[in-house]
Amino acid sequence: MDLPRHWRLKSQRYHLTGVVCQDCGAKLFPPRQVCADCSSENLQSQDFRGTGQVYSYSIIRQAPLGFNEFEPYAVALVELDNGPIVTAQLTDMGSRKPYIGMPVEMVVRKLREYGTEGLIVYGYKFRPRLRRA
Amino acid sequence: MRDVSIIGLGQVPVAEHWDKSLRDLAVQATRNAMKDAGIQAADAIYVTNMLSGEYGGQEHLGALIADFAGLRGIEALKVEAACGSGGAGLVLGYLAVASGLRDIVIVTGVEKMTDTVRAKTTTGLATAADADYESDHGVSFVALNALVLQRYMYEFKVGRERLANFAINGHRNAVNNPNALLRFPITREAYLESPMVAEPLTLLDCCPTGDGSASVVLAPRERAREFTQKPVHIRASTVATDAIALHDRKRLLQLAAAQMSAQKAYKQAGLGPQDIDIFEVHDAFTSMACVSLEACGFAEPGCGWTLAEEGHIALDGKLPIQTMGGLKARGHPVGTTGLYQIVELAQQLRGEAGKNQVKDARIGMAQSVGGSGATIVTHILEADS
Repeated sequence: MDLPRHWRLKSQRYHLTGVVCQDCGAKLFPPRQVCADCSSENLQSQDFRGTGQVYSYSIIRQAPLGFNEFEPYAVALVELDNGPIVTAQLTDMGSRKPYIGMPVEMVVRKLREYGTEGLIVYGYKFRPRLRRA
Repeated sequence: MRDVSIIGLGQVPVAEHWDKSLRDLAVQATRNAMKDAGIQAADAIYVTNMLSGEYGGQEHLGALIADFAGLRGIEALKVEAACGSGGAGLVLGYLAVASGLRDIVIVTGVEKMTDTVRAKTTTGLATAADADYESDHGVSFVALNALVLQRYMYEFKVGRERLANFAINGHRNAVNNPNALLRFPITREAYLESPMVAEPLTLLDCCPTGDGSASVVLAPRERAREFTQKPVHIRASTVATDAIALHDRKRLLQLAAAQMSAQKAYKQAGLGPQDIDIFEVHDAFTSMACVSLEACGFAEPGCGWTLAEEGHIALDGKLPIQTMGGLKARGHPVGTTGLYQIVELAQQLRGEAGKNQVKDARIGMAQSVGGSGATIVTHILEADS
């Protein structure tokens, strides 16, 4: 169930909230208390833009428990524009195949369900970037 | 600081041991190692494991295994570092003996994986990754390694068929290892046609899991001859870490912790990659073997696969790897695999590797990897002269 754990992650899951180091400028997601690059504790919260491109990807054909309904599904390392790399599922792919460099954007979707009486967990996934109308 | 030697080896075959429990396996390997060393007692036993709580509802393995192995009362602890637990436990044993605070230390690894079903196995293995930011997004452990390989193929313009010999070599060497899980050879065609698990990794790129236990007994080098005519000496024992999540690595393809851990080991031993006669690599995936060879200085970045393509990793090559089958075919009972590597390397250095004996092997290196590369343990062993 892990209700409090998922609740605690809500700003990361819905807003891509990370931190920017005020000393060395490192952009970090998920947020940390200590900068991974320079060990500074002078970090400020920032919501990253939900656009980026695929840095690497895989298509999963043997899913862990809780994800079988999506099988097969694509996962990716997404390099955010002006930001860090995020691990996430790709969604709304239709017949498109992922490729390295594919422009994508964040959407909030169902990540998994914990059975009929359990939680339904939502969070970021990335879809092929839509063209402006 | 004292020099430390391995004075006893024990293992059980990696298999689907339906009729044996976790404690049965650990006790059998421990007693085998104690008999090999000719000891009745020890100062401590350190038990390595990753998943006994997740799969069997059993933690507190230090006391459990000590109790059932006839060692009740002894100092007993459990060591965990995901799939690198086996190597990590040996580091702890090494430190204890090297410090002079303990004399005879047993390090036993054990994993019981076949009491559960595939999806739960996959979920358990994913606990090595970042739960909040990798596993919660449905990224399996195989997929993490697939993300590395996909980028590797892109940056270095290498096709996955270049990795075939890592799988073929492991299977070939497992045929002669009575303790291996998959004792059959595979062909290049079978590798190329193997079904996808997580693109671009196929079934034959991935090692199988299984039940197993392996154990070693340590003693100070100056006392080793009291117990055995064939001690094997530990020349280096090191650990290095990296970001737990792939997305936080500075360079995805570099396996920085392997590099750091190997460099520390070379420095401790006063040796370099050119001195290593055998390398027991953590080939959980063919791609992991490839990047490990690069990180440890055996090949340039982007070229690890050439050692496989050109036959250098075979038993008669310049750098034999997976000499008893590797993770690929001996099998990968995750929390004890690092100790199977040590037992096998010590067999080679004692001249007891049977048909797989590497001629004139004096110095061997073993590397045990936790997660997708966040904990990496390196040991360098030397034959007695």
